[in-house]
Parts: sequence; C-alpha cells; structure tokens
Amino acid sequence: MVKMSDYAGKPPAWCPGCGNFAILTAVKRALVELDIEPYRVLMVSGIGQAGKLPHYTRCNVLNVLHGRTLPAAAGAKIANPELVVIAVGGDGDGYGEGGNHFLHSLRRNHDITYLVHNNQVYALTKGQASPTSDLGFVTKTTPHGAWMPLNSLAVAIAAGGSFVARGFAGDVDHLVGLIKKGMHHRGFALIDILQPCVSFNHKNTHAWYRERVYKLEDTDYDPSNRLAAFEKSQEWGDRIPIGVIYREDRATFEEQIPALKKGSLVKQKIDPRQVEVLMQEFV
Amino acid sequence: MPVDVNLMLGGEAGQGVQAAGYVMAKALARGGYHIFADQDYESRVRGGHNFFRIRAADREVGAISEALDVLLDFNGESIDLHKKELADKGVVVFDKDKVKNIDGSINHFGVPLEQLAEDAAKNKIMSNVVALGVTMSLLNYDLDLLGNVVSEHFGAGDAGKANVAAATAGYQYARANFKGDFIKHLSPTGRSKRMLLDGNQAIALGAMAAGCKFVAAYPMTPSTSIMEYMAAKADDFDLVVVQPEDEIAAINMIIGAAFAGVRAMTVTSGGGFCLMVEGLGLAGMTETPIVVVDGQRAGPAIGLPTRTEQGDLEFVLHASHGDFPRVVLAPATIQDAFWITVKAFNLAEEYQLPVIILSDQYLASSYATVETFDLSRVEIKRGQLLPESEIAKSGEYRRYEITPSGISPRALPLQQRALVVSDSDEHDQEGHLIEDAETRTAMMLKRLRKLEGLRKEIAEPRIYGPAQAEMTLIGWGSTYGALKEAVDLSNRDGLKVNLVHLNEIWPFPAEAVTQALQGTKIRYAVENNATAQLAHLLRAETGYQVTGKILKFDGHPFSPGDIVRELKKEVA
Repeated sequence: MVKMSDYAGKPPAWCPGCGNFAILTAVKRALVELDIEPYRVLMVSGIGQAGKLPHYTRCNVLNVLHGRTLPAAAGAKIANPELVVIAVGGDGDGYGEGGNHFLHSLRRNHDITYLVHNNQVYALTKGQASPTSDLGFVTKTTPHGAWMPLNSLAVAIAAGGSFVARGFAGDVDHLVGLIKKGMHHRGFALIDILQPCVSFNHKNTHAWYRERVYKLEDTDYDPSNRLAAFEKSQEWGDRIPIGVIYREDRATFEEQIPALKKGSLVKQKIDPRQVEVLMQEFV
Repeated sequence: MPVDVNLMLGGEAGQGVQAAGYVMAKALARGGYHIFADQDYESRVRGGHNFFRIRAADREVGAISEALDVLLDFNGESIDLHKKELADKGVVVFDKDKVKNIDGSINHFGVPLEQLAEDAAKNKIMSNVVALGVTMSLLNYDLDLLGNVVSEHFGAGDAGKANVAAATAGYQYARANFKGDFIKHLSPTGRSKRMLLDGNQAIALGAMAAGCKFVAAYPMTPSTSIMEYMAAKADDFDLVVVQPEDEIAAINMIIGAAFAGVRAMTVTSGGGFCLMVEGLGLAGMTETPIVVVDGQRAGPAIGLPTRTEQGDLEFVLHASHGDFPRVVLAPATIQDAFWITVKAFNLAEEYQLPVIILSDQYLASSYATVETFDLSRVEIKRGQLLPESEIAKSGEYRRYEITPSGISPRALPLQQRALVVSDSDEHDQEGHLIEDAETRTAMMLKRLRKLEGLRKEIAEPRIYGPAQAEMTLIGWGSTYGALKEAVDLSNRDGLKVNLVHLNEIWPFPAEAVTQALQGTKIRYAVENNATAQLAHLLRAETGYQVTGKILKFDGHPFSPGDIVRELKKEVA
C-alpha cells in the first residue's frame, strides 16, 4: 500500500498560510487513496507558485515553461499512455499565457488531469492582475481596475471539456474527492481550484470564500446536462458552487490513435528495415 | 556527347503541372536517366503561374540547367514568360486551339491538346497528359514506359485507362504531325532501380528509418509534406503525427514525448521556428533530445511563402536566450537529407540536446534520382539510455549527474522505479530547482562540455575541384549541386575554381575549414541570402574573411549559370 511518506518531497517555499499547501496535501492524499505508486505518476507543470508543486512531492516531474504545461503533458501521455499524467499550473499560466493550449487540450480530450490553482492574481511576480481577477481588482499594473474576468469553467464547457470541476483549497476532503474523480475520468479533467493568496489578493480571502462556497453534491444538481452546466458555470458572487460542474463520456485522444492500440510508443521497436518497403514506392 | 535534356511544364495552379511533371520525370527515370527536377509555384490554390522543370542526363546532376529543350505550355502564358530560356532548337509545345498569336521567331509545335484529350479520353482536363505523350514522342522515348507510369500514378481503373489513352493520343499525334527540327533523343537505356524522390520525402524516410515515433507540427510551407507523408504511414508504422494548435504546442509536445522516451520531431519553416524558439531553450535546459526541421523560405515575417532562401542560419544558431549546446545540420542533396536526418536523431539522443536540420524550399521540393538507401548502414545510437537492469541496480536516480563528457545517463519514466525529474529552472543533479552560484556554474559547464564531444561528430566540409585553384567558392546546404556544376563549367571555360562546402555547420568544423582554406587567395561566399551569413560565421570561427560574395535573395535558387556569370564578371 502506498503511504503519504512515499510522496514526501522537499519543504515548500510558499508563503505561510498559502492555499497551495492544502492543494499539495490533497494531491498526495488522492494518489495515496488511489494506491498509485510514485514511479507511475508524471507531474507536468509550468511556471508560477503552482508550478513548483511537483517539486514538493516524489514522482516523475517535467517542469516546463510558463503556459506550456498542457502540450508537454500531452506529448508525454501520447508517447506513453501508461503514465498517470497530472498537469499543474496557475490561472495566469493556464488561462493567460497558455490560453490557446487550454482550449485545444479540452477539445482533443487527452487523458490528463489538470489542476489549476486559481488565486486570481499573479503571485510569483508579486501581485499583478490575472485573467481571472475580479472586475475592478486594482493592482500595480491595473491601476484602473482589472477587466472582465475569464470564466474558465464556462470556456472549458464551451470548448468541449469532458470533465469540468471546481474545488476549494479551504476544503481538502472535498478536493481529494474531486481529484480522485478527475483521475478516474477517461479524458481531460479540469479541476479549477479556488486558492486564496494571502500575500497579494486581499479581496478573495479564505473568509470571503467560506461565506460563499457550497457543494454541488449537497444539491440535486445533475452534471451531465451541458446547458445546465453552462448556467451553473455563471454562478459567481454571493454563492459559488464547488464540485463537478460538467461530465460526459467521450473517447479520449489517445484512444482514437491506431498506433497506440498496440501499447506505448516507448516500447515500439526501432527497425530501420521497415523503410525498405517504402523506398520501393519511389522506384 | 553527354546526354542532357531540359524540359519545363508551365501553367496555372490546378492544371496538373506538378502531377504531369512528376509522371514525366518518373518515366524518364525508369528508362535509366538521372533526373533533377524542381518546381516553382505561387502562394495561391488556383491560377497564377507555376512551373516544373526536369533535367534528364546520363550522369548524376544536382541542379537545373537553364537552356530548355522542350517547353510545354498549358495556358499560353508560359511561352511569353520562358521563351528567353529556350535552347538552340528548343521547341515550344502548346494548345493550338487556345494560343493563336505565336511568336514566329521561336521553334514551335501547336497541338490540339484539349481536343485530343476530349477525343481520346472524354475529358479535356487530361490535356496535360496528352502533352506528356507529345513530349515523349519528340524525344523518341518509349510510349509503353510512359504508359506504365501513367497507369501507376492514376490507378488501374477507368481514370488510369483514360490517362493512358490521352498519353497515347498525344504521342501518335506528334509522330504524324511534327515536322520541325528537334535533335534531342532520349531512348531508354534500360530499366533503372533508382528512386525518384524530393527532399522532404527523403527527410521523412530518414526520420522513419531512425525510429522517429512522434511528430507534432503545424502546417507551413515548405515542410508540411514531411508531416503529411508520415501521417499517411503512421497507422501502419506505429507512429503518431499530431497537428496541434500552433508551433509552440508542437515543440512542447515533442519535448514531452522525448522526455517520456521516444524519438520525436517537429517540422516547420522560419516563421514557425520563431514561435518554437522558447521551446528550443527548454530542450536545451532540460537536455531533452529533439529534432527540428526548419525548411527555410524567404523572410522576414511571411516573406515569399513558396519561395526559397538560406536566410535562417544565424537565426537558428542563436535562437533562444542563454548559452546551451545545439547541433545545426544543413543537407546539401537529397541523399544528404536522408542520412543527415538519421544522424540528427542519433546526435540528439547521444548528446541529449536539440538538433536543427536546416533545409529549404528548394531542397524540399526538388526531385532527384537516388540509389535506394542502404538501410544496413543505418545505425540507431541512443546514447546513454540506461537499460532496465542497470536502473534496477542503481540507487536513487539523478537525471543530471555531472560527468566528464557532460552527458548524464538517461532513464525514462516507468522504467523500473527510477523517478525522472526534469526542470526548466536551473537545477541540481536530481533535477530540482536551485539558485546557488556554485551549482549553476557546474551545470552550465556540464552542458557546454558536450560541445567537446560533438566537435568530433561533425563532418568535414566537402572539397571539390582542382586542389590548386585561383578562386575558391564557399557555400553550404542546398546550393551544393549548382556550385559543383559551376565549378565544372568554370574550369572548362579556363577559370581555375574549386569549392569548399558545408553540410554540417554547428558546432563549426573550424579546424577542417581552416585547413581547407589554407593557401586560398580569392574566396567567394555563395549564398542564397542577402548578407552572407556563412561568411560571418567563417570569420568569427576561423578568422578567414571572404574576398567576395555572390548572393541571391530573390526567392529563387542558384543555377550553375548564375554562379559562373557572376564569377566571370568578377574576373573581367
């Protein structure tokens, strides 16, 4: 049986009180509860405070560039579908710089779990507005207030996401459950995680979220209805839903590739002689 | 007399210029001739002016010659555009029902091309194949050889039969009606086993022979056909070709795939490579083996999208911030394109770094007859990829172990229980990010040490022509064929000229180039770019300065004649 200590990494360099600690605990607990050994896991991350998370666990790690987490994760998953691939990033990383990759990864439905630490602010560069900052959020780079926030859940549903969920770093038990559901899901699982930033976001604080967050599991909400999911994704303000917003069963990218039906590309033999028959086509 | 025949087919996009040209080239290749063919097309789907040039000779040729023996005109326009290129007694073939005011000073043969196509095949679109029949008759070539290639190309069904009928109609019409003076005869010399393929096909075959299992690329002229060819073969050859959202995704995908353990490649042109530069640095920092093909076209920005240039050399050498080792290879010929691609995959994995193949539009879409590649010579060298047994024995795996060669033994995720940690931040030997000066320095030196080993891998320049020459031409990449022939032509005309040519450029083979240039007095850089980029590199790496430059940057490749004319101007 896998234990929490199997995933023990280096001590994190995050601010005391950061929501990332809870997310780190939730990720490790989910992996332990699913009994997945570290060597089977590949965590891919970009740049930002969230991007450091893989370094604070023990597993295979590919730490790439700001915003480029998803294509790198997809490449690894295609090359070796036996890897359990978890992509980790922040809101700036994933929805700003990586916006195009986000849209198309949803559409292609790679079998990857994608955790977005959404603190609505750029923390590593010390407090600028992010794509998800609330309207009017004043920072040094947005002295007149931030623009319309990107509704990542609505975008994900519209772009063809097959598993769209929201978690809250202030509720680790619930988040563990969501991550497990996301990892069980065949296809691209987006889990947007509300994560208070104690240093730079003095609006969307722990207390602010606690007053508003409620669990969809406690209601009679049905996540299989795409239109209802789109409507639910618009709920933000006095009440903020967490849980699975939308889920559908659809073929994954990897399942649709004939070459992958024979197993991992990594295990395919290299044989230059196979080109002999192709050369004859040019004679 | 050496046999050397030049043909051109010209018409609009959509008139089958390329298909007819390919069929003709293949029929001539089957008859035992050596072929070199290139094409020129505009950035549009229908209309415009396109041409396909074929040179057939009784010896290997690596460039197009300028004097046309037959010009096949499909739309009336090609006559005006190309009649100045006609050789003595060169003949123009055109549709006499469509082109009326023919210039009486040129040798011409009007044929009712569409009418014959309609009569023989009930389809006037096959007039291009009628014209092939006409040409083969003028050349005294074997109709059956043409017919075989036509039916292979168009299939054994009705379409194939109709096209064979169209070719036959053209052949017979010319037999009965051509009364002009045409002396170039090309009887088949025997069935040849040589391949006829273009540079991109050679790169694709090289990649597949080398065991490339993953290609991610965004379509961009002139490299698209590499991914298209490999995508067509993917299901049968256990590889995956993905067209993602952009070039940024493409290079990051192959980095992910290569990290996971497969040989991976992306193909693009300079504009796409611009977007990949960030990823190139990631491959450098994470020491991930990847192969990137930059099929150069004229830049900057969109430039001339379907035309050729060697304008990216300095760009690919310096692309990305910071210092890290890389390899730059520039195939000179279609054979080179295959072997250099194989070598690229080996160097990428042996040295764990990005390898850039610098091709161009001209090489990408030129065809040549080449012997089938000897696959027994293809070696797969995966470098220090640890076998499972060794990983099992070792303790905690360190991805970036500091070694004298700078190369760290490589494990793959899911191999045994080794944990592989790879990081874009500066990192320690385990792969975790660091900021201390000592580790940074050690890691930087480790990576740069790879250059010492790499220098021994790079091929020496090719030297051609007389050892003692008055003038030395210096070139790189796809200009090789034209340069080689220019050397022959110049020496025949009494100039004493030789050639130093590079097809593997970085790390720069400074010692070998220095040796090759010792004793030279007049040195011309001959490059398909506006600023003589190789000449800069030559000066930086060897101290040698060129004494003159022959540069062409109008979007078109050099012909041997271009180079000889410029040389003669210099001498005069």
